Amino acid sequence: LGRNGAQEALAGGALVTPTGSGRPLGRRHLHRSDRKWALAFVLPYAALFLVFVLYPFGYALWMGGDPALYAQLIADPLYLRTVVNTLVFVGLGVNVTMFIALLLSGFFLRPRRWMKLVLAGFVLPWLVAAAPACVSFHWMLIDQRGLVDGLLSALFGIDGPLWLNDRWLALGSNVIAYIWKWLPFWTLIFIAGRMMIARDIYDAAAVDGATGARRFVHITLPLLGNLYLICTLLSTLWTLGDFTTVYLVSGGAPALSSEVLATLGFHYAFDTARPALGVAAAISALPVLVPVTIALMRKFHTSGLQP
Amino acid sequence: MSIAMVSARAVARRYRLRRAMVELASALLAIVLLIWSLLPVYNMLLIALDPEEGEIEFDGNIWTPEPSLASFRAVVTQEARYLEDFWRQFGNSLEIGLATMALTVLIGSLASFAVSRMRLGKGSLLTNAALLTYAIPGSFLIVPYYRIMHALGLSDTLSAVILAQVALATPFAVLILQLYGSLIPLELDDAARIDGASPAQLYLRIYLPLMTPALAVVALYALLLAWNDYLYQAVLLAVRNMTVSVLQGQIFLDADAPWNAMMAAAIIYVLPPVALAVALRRYVVASLARDGGEA
Repeated sequence: LGRNGAQEALAGGALVTPTGSGRPLGRRHLHRSDRKWALAFVLPYAALFLVFVLYPFGYALWMGGDPALYAQLIADPLYLRTVVNTLVFVGLGVNVTMFIALLLSGFFLRPRRWMKLVLAGFVLPWLVAAAPACVSFHWMLIDQRGLVDGLLSALFGIDGPLWLNDRWLALGSNVIAYIWKWLPFWTLIFIAGRMMIARDIYDAAAVDGATGARRFVHITLPLLGNLYLICTLLSTLWTLGDFTTVYLVSGGAPALSSEVLATLGFHYAFDTARPALGVAAAISALPVLVPVTIALMRKFHTSGLQP
Repeated sequence: MSIAMVSARAVARRYRLRRAMVELASALLAIVLLIWSLLPVYNMLLIALDPEEGEIEFDGNIWTPEPSLASFRAVVTQEARYLEDFWRQFGNSLEIGLATMALTVLIGSLASFAVSRMRLGKGSLLTNAALLTYAIPGSFLIVPYYRIMHALGLSDTLSAVILAQVALATPFAVLILQLYGSLIPLELDDAARIDGASPAQLYLRIYLPLMTPALAVVALYALLLAWNDYLYQAVLLAVRNMTVSVLQGQIFLDADAPWNAMMAAAIIYVLPPVALAVALRRYVVASLARDGGEA
């Protein structure tokens, strides 16, 4: 019925629009009764935004408002190490994911009979819930008894390292688990983006002899560039906030040396009962969060992605 | 002339060789991608199929010598240690996931409809609000959230988790809906208005049906957000209201837990989003193929 309604409207539109009063309908103001409807429609989201976004923001800023907290953070070697870890985790987690996703999105659009099957297997990590997936990574990497070292010894006869016993290996394991989990999501986004590029652009380029790498550099990149940037910025915010991967893959091991800001805030707040310090650790990321958010808003509105 | 023919044949052969190389490389890449994607899932299966119980079952084996479904049986009948309440926990996860999904689709589509189709205010205001939500990641706000939920009288309720998840999922829903909605001509609505349709009819009869592919994506996204969550469920819920996600995470340092049963539980827990993805696949593919992009 709904689809019929839309089709009728479409048919009606062809008849009615030319006979309008001369003023385009798109510019007309809302009727007063319509305005009430529209306000009622947007009210649930506005309430949600006020109570569960702005209020927690204000609450966090108020809790982390004491400058002494930041002096305490700077004095804590654990905090400084965590900042370095966070930069590595986010820097690698975001950029490696995005770059590989961009390349793979092209690969998955190659017409092959088996491609759908490969794509189905490839998107599975996105559908596997984070907690069990990270626990599985943890057991895979636990030590010589894990699957990874088991494979290394069965295939190559080498004793694998104790992955979660070294700060950098543990950090690397977290990054790998994070990429594993989120690569399919961004690949799908880029596949959608590439499909939006009209095919005739590629056809015209092919006539002009642009194929392969040149096609990628001169057509795909400029047209997907904005999408790539927006996704990178959004992913930066999401990766900074990722708690589950680090908490469940390395668990901060060894000895809290592979923590990131999200898990350190939790550690301060719940393990050492210093909630204000935990909030301050999170707030200390604002100098990164605010510019990224502003850039994201600007990019979103100037890129033609916005209606 | 014969020289030209020989060289043409050489070019053709080189072309065929190159094609064969590209095919081989594609196939190799496909195999690598499948191994990469499936290895951690295989690891779950490997542990779950191990018949032993009570200790760390895995000892560097890359295949279980005597695969057994005993651990799955133990989960389903709730006989495994730590898993006595599995189905109640599963029910809690399901309630959170489905409520998050339904509310996100509803609230997101209503707001997006009001702003983009009924021209209430500027579209950029809504998308900016949506983007602002991600300015401070949700996990950074867990302490304020905990206290706010307490103040609202929602401590240790599934509603607290649902509201937090909806607040985090709706902005992305709004972004997707605004993008997708911009591809649907506004003249459709205008024509229906002239035919006397009310805003509610417009929403139900025109907006929702035309937005089905985007709504399918949003629904899947919201369910996965709730399914992926560990932190909110761990902090906002007490043991009584525990979910499968929290259970998986909380005892993972306990090497004495029956890990074959835990991994069997994990595999059961993974199934609902996979089922939803399979069910909605048609719509998602439709949304992509709209531009004839079979490229």
